[in-house]
Amino acid sequence: MEITAEVLVDLHHRMVRIRRFEEAAGALFENSEMPGFIHLYVGEEAVAAGVCATLRNDDQVGSTHRGHGHLVAKGGDLSRMMAELMGKATGYNHGKGGSMHICDLDLNMLGANGIVGGGIPIAVGAAFANKYRKSDTVAVVFFGDGATNIGAFHEAINMASALQLPAVFVCENNEYGEFTPRRDTMGVDDVVDRAAGYGIPGVVVDGMDVVAVFEAAAQAVARARGGQGPSFIEAKTYRFYNHHGVQTLGVKYRSDEEVARWRERDPIVLLEERLLALDVMTAEDIEAVHRQVQADVDAAVAFGKESPYPEPSALLEDVYTVGGVR
Amino acid sequence: MTATEASVRELTYGAAFTETLRQIMAEDHDVFVAGEDVGAAGGVFGSFTGLQREFGEMRVVDTPISEQAIVGLGTGAAVSGLRPVVDLMFMDFVLVAMDQIVNQAAKLKYMFGGNTSLPMTITTNAGAGLSAAAQHSQSLEALLCHIPGLKVVMPSNAHDVKGLLTASIRDDNPVVFVKHKRLLGQKSYCPEDLFEVPLGSASITRPGNDVTLVTYGRMVSESLKAASVLASEGIDVEVIDLRTLQPLDTETIVASVQRTNHCVVAHEAVRFGGLGAEIAAHIQEQAFDYLDAPVGRVGAPFSPVPFTPALESEYVPDAAGIADDVRAAVLRLG
Ligand SMILES: Cc1ncc(C[n+]2csc(CCOP(=O)(O)OP(=O)(O)O)c2C)c(N)n1
Ligand SMILES: [Mg+2]
Repeated sequence: MEITAEVLVDLHHRMVRIRRFEEAAGALFENSEMPGFIHLYVGEEAVAAGVCATLRNDDQVGSTHRGHGHLVAKGGDLSRMMAELMGKATGYNHGKGGSMHICDLDLNMLGANGIVGGGIPIAVGAAFANKYRKSDTVAVVFFGDGATNIGAFHEAINMASALQLPAVFVCENNEYGEFTPRRDTMGVDDVVDRAAGYGIPGVVVDGMDVVAVFEAAAQAVARARGGQGPSFIEAKTYRFYNHHGVQTLGVKYRSDEEVARWRERDPIVLLEERLLALDVMTAEDIEAVHRQVQADVDAAVAFGKESPYPEPSALLEDVYTVGGVR
Repeated sequence: MTATEASVRELTYGAAFTETLRQIMAEDHDVFVAGEDVGAAGGVFGSFTGLQREFGEMRVVDTPISEQAIVGLGTGAAVSGLRPVVDLMFMDFVLVAMDQIVNQAAKLKYMFGGNTSLPMTITTNAGAGLSAAAQHSQSLEALLCHIPGLKVVMPSNAHDVKGLLTASIRDDNPVVFVKHKRLLGQKSYCPEDLFEVPLGSASITRPGNDVTLVTYGRMVSESLKAASVLASEGIDVEVIDLRTLQPLDTETIVASVQRTNHCVVAHEAVRFGGLGAEIAAHIQEQAFDYLDAPVGRVGAPFSPVPFTPALESEYVPDAAGIADDVRAAVLRLG
């Protein structure tokens, strides 16, 4: 896939949508207008945007507890997302899942996940279904650096390798699992070193450079689509906000200097500098994108606020499939 | 300090846990803690705050996100003579480690013909009511109580946190120590010095004559609320806090039912296949002729825990629902 002006504009749009959505969600959460747990994707936008821009609608995406960005990048509807985060009946999951389980099966986004590593075997199952049906659909799965310490990751990636499945493993290495530095939890310098142990090709990319992510993903997806099996991408990135919510409360686990250093490499700013330098967009064009996306996000927030909560009768619905889904 | 001053010493449920662990670690060097974020971060909900600073990185171990290996670490260390406390953050994550808990830790002593013991405590947090959705809100104690070799503890107040945690860590068997998230901030009486609440002993929290209300965990406070409402209606409720679920104190339950002739069991876990079913079975086996009504059961409906507060508030049993079931049992309504 070529990096045309059109692709750059598209990448920018996806990233701004994630950023603006997450900033709004974070503000609502801090203001106690959103219940439960919320893990924001701010800072990591280039990973979801760069990968999802290489995908077709039928390609599946497996996700994590930090999943809003994956759904937005796959084309998720901001209003239904915001309503879900608020627990409203009009939300993607009718209020039953919330942030940690948000999904859109029509977009083949197989859901955020509350269990670290829980989404990885599921995505491998989706890749199996693709191979089984002899389709050229690809399953991509996002997971954190911390998730590569859990058994489910190792079993699933080995399975994908053994069965040569059309899967792409994308590690969002933000150097922390909750509040514990990655280096205290694994003996390898780069997470990608693990791929070799499963006979899978892997690359490290700058996760703040959306073009680098896009190029690596395009290759890995093409490999999978072409029947050449799974690959691994480690994107070095950073979450600008806390593990959970926006502000760091309690124990401080990252230095201000470290956070500032990463914030200087804001993936959206980096892309915008490039867009201007290449004359792909003017400052006014960029401003217009932000304005339009913000209007969409504001509308999504309003939609969420105005939407009703589910009726109590919904409590016992959808525990089982009744009468089949076909 | 006078006796009255000592008796009103109050602590939150969560602080009682941390304080007890600190005291036990100070007296027994074989006790160590391992789990995700238990070190500098102080553990989920701050349960392990300050312990790593006090006891060092070898005794308060930050682990990778690897629940199965965390429980395995505890199991292997216990077999090798240490007394591990391993933390699994949320009770839902117990499921990730189920092989090590059920196939290994619970059975090693028996399979080895008694040639080992397994003094390990697994700590975790259960319960709904925080909009934490279906994978961070479960009450799965019935699964664990079904497993021979395991002990299961669910305290309802700071005093019992201290007494039960002390007994759990000193016990030579694997014990799953389950806190309720919504109790962590609740203050109540808690003595300063270490003491044990023997595992397997229930307490009668409120004596009464008309009906026995058997409960545990967060449903104890809901049951006491229900009991005071019912008292104003002339129904005198005896509330039993089980404290330990495995082994189950059937003696206290049966003796109470023989006096009151009515019984309701209330828990937050899903009603179907919950502990209420087991308790009802024990009562009909041991006190059938004393019963004036079927044993009532209060529990969550048969669904995963919903995210939205609108449904979660319907889902979690409360005092009003418990009172309804008690009335039904006593008055033979419905
Ligand atoms: C099986 C399991 N263990 C622990 C947790 C608690 N937890 C939630 S997110 C998280 C850290 C995950 O780190 P990483 O995979 O690097 O993702 P990041 O949050 O950095 O995006 C932990 C330990 C969980 N949800 N599931
Ligand atoms: Mg991480």
